[in-house]
Amino acid sequence: MNQSVRVDAALSRRLALLGFGSLLGLPSLARAQAPAAGGPAAGGQVIDITRARTDPIPIALPDFAGSSGPAQQLGQNITRVITNNLRNSGLFRPVERAAYIQTPEAAAGSPRFQDWRVIGAQALVTGRAEPQGDRSRIEFRLWEVGSEQQLQGTAYTANAANWRQIAHVISDVIYERMLGEKGYFDTRIVYIAESGPRDRRTRRLAIMDQDGENHRFLTDGTFQALTPRFHPNARQIAFMSYNNNQPRVYLFNLDSGRQEVLGNFNGMTLSPRFSPDGRSVVLSSVRGGDANIYVVDLASRRERQLTSGGGLDVSPSYSPDGTQIVFNSDRGGDQQLYVMDAGGGGSRRISFGNGRYATPVWSPRGDLIAFTRISGGRFGIGVMRPDGSGERILSEGWAMESPTFAPNGRVLAFYRESQARDTRGGGYSARLSMIDIAGFNERQIVTPTDATDPSWSPLLSS
Amino acid sequence: MQMKLLGALAAAALLAACASEDNSGAATGAGAAGGAGLASGAVRPGSQEDLVANVGDRVFFDTDSSSVRGDQRATLERQAGWLGQYPQVQVVVEGHSDERGTREYNLALGQRRGNAARDGLVALGVSSARLSVVSYGKDRPAALGSTPDAWAQNRRAVTVVR
Repeated sequence: MNQSVRVDAALSRRLALLGFGSLLGLPSLARAQAPAAGGPAAGGQVIDITRARTDPIPIALPDFAGSSGPAQQLGQNITRVITNNLRNSGLFRPVERAAYIQTPEAAAGSPRFQDWRVIGAQALVTGRAEPQGDRSRIEFRLWEVGSEQQLQGTAYTANAANWRQIAHVISDVIYERMLGEKGYFDTRIVYIAESGPRDRRTRRLAIMDQDGENHRFLTDGTFQALTPRFHPNARQIAFMSYNNNQPRVYLFNLDSGRQEVLGNFNGMTLSPRFSPDGRSVVLSSVRGGDANIYVVDLASRRERQLTSGGGLDVSPSYSPDGTQIVFNSDRGGDQQLYVMDAGGGGSRRISFGNGRYATPVWSPRGDLIAFTRISGGRFGIGVMRPDGSGERILSEGWAMESPTFAPNGRVLAFYRESQARDTRGGGYSARLSMIDIAGFNERQIVTPTDATDPSWSPLLSS
Repeated sequence: MQMKLLGALAAAALLAACASEDNSGAATGAGAAGGAGLASGAVRPGSQEDLVANVGDRVFFDTDSSSVRGDQRATLERQAGWLGQYPQVQVVVEGHSDERGTREYNLALGQRRGNAARDGLVALGVSSARLSVVSYGKDRPAALGSTPDAWAQNRRAVTVVR
């Protein structure tokens, strides 16, 4: 009944796929529970947003059992990570643990479904954790309480140090089995860590798991770093660096820790994003009075100019199929969003609401473009369809910008700034937030310092 | 000496011209050398302190505009004259914006402002070989408040001696 999966660095990319192999207990039933099993193919409809807002799935997550003290500790740690992930999604409601009737150890052996039904759990997650030297074996099962059926059962072995990633992978499996769309927990966020007084800030590249753990700084702050963006393989980051006081787009290799300038182009280069195939970087470059969009081939480092419409064209972002680019331009007088063909022609404005529009980013699902809107002295984060219709503002405040999509297109991360209260900048802060694209469940992400410019990685194990 | 001190005070007043009473500290502290010349009393000719105290190191812009305003031209003319006086001096023109926009757009806007100030100096006879431009967008404000006065001080191009 169980499937065994080894998790190593080399294998981890295959992990989710393998985990979904032969053990899908009752896929049709699981799909029937999912509000929008069709995904993007079914017309870009995401999960029914009213249901998501009012009716998160009640799920019971007793601690994974273990045969020794260290095993139990590992089990508790893993269960805690999974529980936090599911709760933070806003789409699950972990059932109060004090209400549990059956013990975790007994449930890991054989769930007594009546005990879980009576406390309102619709789904139950049980598991076992066993440290084996420098490795760990972690086994989990997802049950549907009502039908008393196992929906998933998978065992992973991994380096003991990778227990968090296992917990994220399991979270993604639960999310997908219950909701019918891929999760986003086994991901990381790269961002700019900011410290010091606002007129002399230190801005460092930093990276962390999507839940804020495993935080580390990638640059030492000698040079200001801004606007990092993940490569589709999650191993490389494009960002803007003030190395030698010449602001240029750089590449940072996460495996080697090395950084290099993308190219010594004429003038400042900024706002990089990788193409979906990972072979080129689209960016903006200011030459003379205009900023135009260019695409730079990574192999040859040759650039090609895509816009020449006058004004400042910045913040380009590819559609996930690579055929179109959305960007921000003030060519018509103030900042608006435009979509053009990836080769450069056919530019058309898509934003027509009240205010200025900026920082567009295309959803990985292709169905939405997220943006910053500045209107009436307030900033907002919103989404619209790629043709400009269906605009919705998800969050508003003094200042916020730079949305980035989770790989499943369901959650946005962005940064929010607070207004300075005095002439010394007292009261100013910049923090990362996440929000469901339905406009609920906004949460602040805890970071060691002020934080801006988040970029969400693809799924690490897909 | 006395002339220079007066000049420094006048410059400080100019920088704070559009600010409320307690903004002058932020404004004078913002340049590369800020009010250092005031404290020491010794201003070396051809230095940043000299530029700040006797010429004016910055020009201001309207919201979302990168045209050098008519009332800022005199500053550029003084800068061009001063640069003619010290032909060995090389400068960086730093372009900035206020905080009421997005980071990437403001980086481009700051660059365009810096370019406009540079082009103004070139038109006034300064060799472009002595001038470079860098944009900091909204990321290095001179005034740290969140008020229209602070924003007006932050929409600027600052000439900095290298």
